[in-house]
Amino acid sequence: MVFKHDIVIVGSGLAGLRAAMEVAGVADVGLISKVYPTRSHSGAAQGGIAAALGNEEPDSWEWHMYDTVKGGDYLTDQDAAEILAQDAPRAVYELEHMGVPFNRTADGRIAQRAFGGHTSNFGKAAIKRACHAADRTGRVILDTLYWETVRRGIRVYNEFQLVDLIIKDNQVVGLVAYELANGQVHVFHSRIVVVGTGGFGKVFRTTSNCFANTGEGVYLTYKAGIPLEDMEFVQFHPTGVYGLGILITEAARGEGGILRNGKGERFMERYAPVIKDLAPRDMVSRAIYQEIREGRGINGRDFVHLDLTHLGKDKLAEKLSDITSFAKIYLGIDPAIAPIPISPTCHYMMGGIPTNLDAQVLGKDQQNVPGLYAAGECACLSLHGANRLGCNSLLDLVVFGRRCGEKMIQDLKQLSWTDLPAHPEERTLARIETLEKRKQGETAYALRASLQKTMMDHCSVFRNQTGLSQALADIQVLKGKYENIFVRDHGPRYNTDLMEAFELESLLGLAEAIVVSALARQESRGAHSRQDYPDRDDHNWLKHTLIQKTERDPRIFFKPVTITRFQPKARTY
Amino acid sequence: MVELHFKIFRFDPQVDKGSYFKHYTVKAEPEERILDCLNRIKWEQDGTLSYRMSCGHGVCGSDGMKVNGTCRLACQALVRDYQCPEVVLEPLPVFKVLKDLVVDMDPFLKGIKLLRPHLISGAPAPEKERKQSPEDRKKLDEVIRCILCACCTASCPVNWINEKYTGPAALVWAFRYIFESRDEQILERLRQVDHPDGAWGCVNHFECTRVCPKEIPVTKSINTIKREIEKRLR
Repeated sequence: MVFKHDIVIVGSGLAGLRAAMEVAGVADVGLISKVYPTRSHSGAAQGGIAAALGNEEPDSWEWHMYDTVKGGDYLTDQDAAEILAQDAPRAVYELEHMGVPFNRTADGRIAQRAFGGHTSNFGKAAIKRACHAADRTGRVILDTLYWETVRRGIRVYNEFQLVDLIIKDNQVVGLVAYELANGQVHVFHSRIVVVGTGGFGKVFRTTSNCFANTGEGVYLTYKAGIPLEDMEFVQFHPTGVYGLGILITEAARGEGGILRNGKGERFMERYAPVIKDLAPRDMVSRAIYQEIREGRGINGRDFVHLDLTHLGKDKLAEKLSDITSFAKIYLGIDPAIAPIPISPTCHYMMGGIPTNLDAQVLGKDQQNVPGLYAAGECACLSLHGANRLGCNSLLDLVVFGRRCGEKMIQDLKQLSWTDLPAHPEERTLARIETLEKRKQGETAYALRASLQKTMMDHCSVFRNQTGLSQALADIQVLKGKYENIFVRDHGPRYNTDLMEAFELESLLGLAEAIVVSALARQESRGAHSRQDYPDRDDHNWLKHTLIQKTERDPRIFFKPVTITRFQPKARTY
Repeated sequence: MVELHFKIFRFDPQVDKGSYFKHYTVKAEPEERILDCLNRIKWEQDGTLSYRMSCGHGVCGSDGMKVNGTCRLACQALVRDYQCPEVVLEPLPVFKVLKDLVVDMDPFLKGIKLLRPHLISGAPAPEKERKQSPEDRKKLDEVIRCILCACCTASCPVNWINEKYTGPAALVWAFRYIFESRDEQILERLRQVDHPDGAWGCVNHFECTRVCPKEIPVTKSINTIKREIEKRLR
């Protein structure tokens, strides 16, 4: 079938929903999502959303902007950070007005708590800036925005998976989607496509990301020849449940939780004397691995403890009830009584589809691609630089999701309809046929497991030339094997076997982009830590990496960082 | 590693005359999830098996299903708790089966939508936040844990016999806004569930409360709505 909308948004997380709300009633919008919207991974965000409301102690948006820039190890484009920090209070009040059930202060205002890397007075002390609803902040915002889109009658195509973008003469014409319920391949004809497909943590074995986070939107943009930005910057969240990778929110430390090594020491005191356990995530993750490497893991093993025992049952119940229940369910541990075993888990992609401040996607010549927009984790503004601060991602989604919507309303006046090319769905149909014809070969599962292992072994918190080269070689082998992949399910209904085979192409392509970008950057900055280049090198590397797919090897080039208020200096906490 | 024997409900309405069960055996660690076993079956043994999943840790609400007769999330069910001869997996009851363990969620969501699960306030929004006391906010602590997994509604014996019943999940969402101090349509909201197929349809089976993966006191919340109806509408 061919569906026609002025705007088609791919992804129903907070960025997609917020953009949709902005244009609803003004333009005809369709939202496609591979899962029901309330299953989107924005809902797994726990700790909070940052805004300098000053409800708990004096705060200013300049401090928030500074923290964002310093947290990003000065790779942050400061014009983007300024918009984020300045617009944050409005964005949070807007959510409150929509009904988001934030926790409250004694006098009825939105409650705030401390979070990693958020400080007062340009780094002097930790500050309470994270607005929250217990430890399910993302989920309640997602629910609120979802029902709001329902109320506004926005057309949602549930369980439609993006499989191809239609771009003709550098102009977006629409996309191709696979309907999971019946296996039909549909064409969406539109004047605008918004990519809001989130992260792609599934390239790693240990991740807090959901199964759906496989990055189709980013990969298909890359495949269309549009370069991706800063792909080497992958955030590992320090506190994943050991062995499972399930997220334990940074709010656990914001509320007073402490990391301890095998000797019972509060080791973060040595790495970040001022804000200790509330250092940014990249630093804490490295510190944990450092402790483990030097034999100070718990019983010499590869994890440390997150100690919440001193917080008391009441605080855990009021502020951290979800993570308390995770610890009980998955580990059989009551955090009020015993510490939680944790190790870093792949959490967030700082890199992605380059956009300007209005979510317009920038092509290889840095000019925007007419009709193509991106917002949320899949986009790279670059707002989070080399390392994102906690609570800045929910904020990013609602601030830049809205800006994306505003810009689209303006641009629709100039964007005319372009005719669809003949049979745009053919490529997809042919691909399905090939996959189904092959009676034996490689399975997506086995290749994916190998990919996730090599990425974990060679491209996680610490990296070096040898390991990255090995990862790249492994990926080449896997890409070769992918050519011989087959599917076992040939039915049309809920054929996730087929979709997983499609997803694997994205994972392989994005993993390659991460590794090639990581090989290129010969310095350590934020979440990209090279053992063979341990220092930050502003002279040579204060610039964004761009990677473009070509007929042969990917091409790497660079673009400058936007620096306005804060000159780079040493990053200590 | 332990060996588990699974008996899984299979049905593809397009090709199968009726549903049937298929048997699988998998090895798993005691601390692994039933969802991990399902994935292993799908990835290593039978790619044609369909089910929904996403976050894998009880937040997104995708993988509600019947595990040995009880509706729950496969990602919250651990292997160590199923040291039994057979683990039977079936789709959530009440809903139409689309394939295997995948059910049609649309009627469930439509039922909640009817209750207008969004804040209604005619007053112009203040410049900053609307004030709400911590005590008023606390009334919502439990119901905002709902993840729309539908385990409660699927488990409710009233739902099995009365398809017009609003159902426990929708009543949780009604509670969410009836006891929301910022909302201005509390009486209308109470009237909307003040009928035999609304809040009064609940006859305290407590199945919803028993199965809720987020430990929401669902039955208690419905009874609180009933008391509020008595207080405010009579």
